[in-house]
Amino acid sequence: MQQLINFFIRKRHFLLFCVLVLLGLFFTFQSRSYHSGKYLSAANGISGTLFSWTSGISDYLNLKTQNELLQIENSQLREAVGNVNSIFQSQASQSTLWGGVDYIPARVINNNYSRTKNYLTIKGGEKLGIQTSMGVVSPNGILGITDKTSSGYATVLSILNTQSSINAKLTKSNHFGTLQWDTRDPNIVQLVDVQRLAPLAIGDSIVTGGRSTIFPAGIPIGAIESYELDQSGNYYVVQIKLFNDMTNLGPAYVIKMPDAAEIQELEETIPDEE
Amino acid sequence: MLVLNNVALFGYIVPFLYVIYILRFPVTGNRSVLLISSFLLGLFVDIFSNTGGVHAVASVTMAYSRPLFLKTSFGISYEYNVVKIIEMPLGGIITYVLGAVFVHHFILFSLEVFSLSQWALVLKSTLFSALFSSLLILISFILFGSKKR
Repeated sequence: MQQLINFFIRKRHFLLFCVLVLLGLFFTFQSRSYHSGKYLSAANGISGTLFSWTSGISDYLNLKTQNELLQIENSQLREAVGNVNSIFQSQASQSTLWGGVDYIPARVINNNYSRTKNYLTIKGGEKLGIQTSMGVVSPNGILGITDKTSSGYATVLSILNTQSSINAKLTKSNHFGTLQWDTRDPNIVQLVDVQRLAPLAIGDSIVTGGRSTIFPAGIPIGAIESYELDQSGNYYVVQIKLFNDMTNLGPAYVIKMPDAAEIQELEETIPDEE
Repeated sequence: MLVLNNVALFGYIVPFLYVIYILRFPVTGNRSVLLISSFLLGLFVDIFSNTGGVHAVASVTMAYSRPLFLKTSFGISYEYNVVKIIEMPLGGIITYVLGAVFVHHFILFSLEVFSLSQWALVLKSTLFSALFSSLLILISFILFGSKKR
C-alpha cells in the first residue's frame, strides 16, 4: 500500500498529464461528431459577445467596401423587381415551388478561412428563428450552413470546410455535382462527381441545385476556373472561383425554407434500405 | 487570439503566440500548476476557434515535455543555471523555442486534420507555421526581454 502511494506521488505529473490529455481528446472527438458538443463552441454567450465587440471595430474599418457591396446588391434587387412581372407572365420560377423563401438578415462577426475546418459566427440566433441546418448566403453567393445556435448567435459550417458538401449544378445544362473544398485556396472550391457528358466551359457559372431542404435552386456560387477528369475517367473535377470573397464578409442572410420540416418529416418515413 | 486569427492573411501560415506563456513559465515553478494552466489556456483558445480540444491537448503535451527541451538547450543542470530564460544565450533560447513549438504545432495539426492520407498537409502546415510562430516568439522575447538585461 505504501509503495502504491509512493508510486502515485512520484508519477503525479505523468498521471495529471494523462488525465488532461484524455480530457482534451474527449472534447476534440465530441466536437467532431456533427451537431454535438454544444457547450464548447463559439455560439456560446461569452465568446459571442466578445466577437461582436471586435467585429464592431472591424466593421467600421470595412464600411467603405461593405457600402459598395450593398449598393451593388440594391441595384440587383431593383433589376429583379423590374423583371418580376415578366417572370410571372412567362413561367413559374423554380423558387415558387417552395412557396416563398424567407431571408433572415444576419451579420458575420467572426470568419475563419485558413484552416481545414472553417466556421463562421453570425449575429442572429434562435430569437430570429435561425435553427440548425439552414442555408446562409451573402449578397454575392452562398457561405455555408448553420451548425450550432444560441439565442443571439449561430455558428456556420463554412463552404471552406472539408466536412461541407453541398449540392450544386451548372446554370446552362442542369448537370449536378457536389461542392467540396480541398483546403488549398480560400477562393477556389471543387465541384466533384459531374457527369463526363456535361458540357463544361471556363467561365460558366455554378448555382445551388435545389435538391435539398437547405438551399433553394439558383443561388449563385461561382464560375468555372478549370476542369479535368478524375482518376476513374467518368466524372469531372471542376475548380470553381467563388463569387464571394471568403476573406471579406459582412452582411449575410439566413434562408428559411418554409416547407423544410415537412419534407424532412416525409423523407424520414422512407425505410432506409442501405 | 482575436487579432492573430486574422494574421493568416499572408498565405496559410497561422502563428500561435499564446504558447509564450508555457515557454516563459518560471523554471522552478510548480509543474502541476503549469500543466493545469496550460490545459485551461488551450481550452480557452479552442472555445474561440471551434476546435474542440486540440489546442488543449497540444499545450499540455508541450508543457509536459518542456523539461526535456530545457535540458537539451541549457544543459542537464538547468534548474541551477537558469534564473530567467530570457537571460540565457541566444543559441540555447532558439533551440528551446523551436523544439517546443514544433511539438506543439505537430500535435495541433495532426489532431485538427486527423487523417493519415493528409500527412503531407500536416507536415507542411507544421513546418511553416512553427517556423513563423518561433520567429514571432523570438522577436517578442527580444522586445520584452531587453529592459531587464
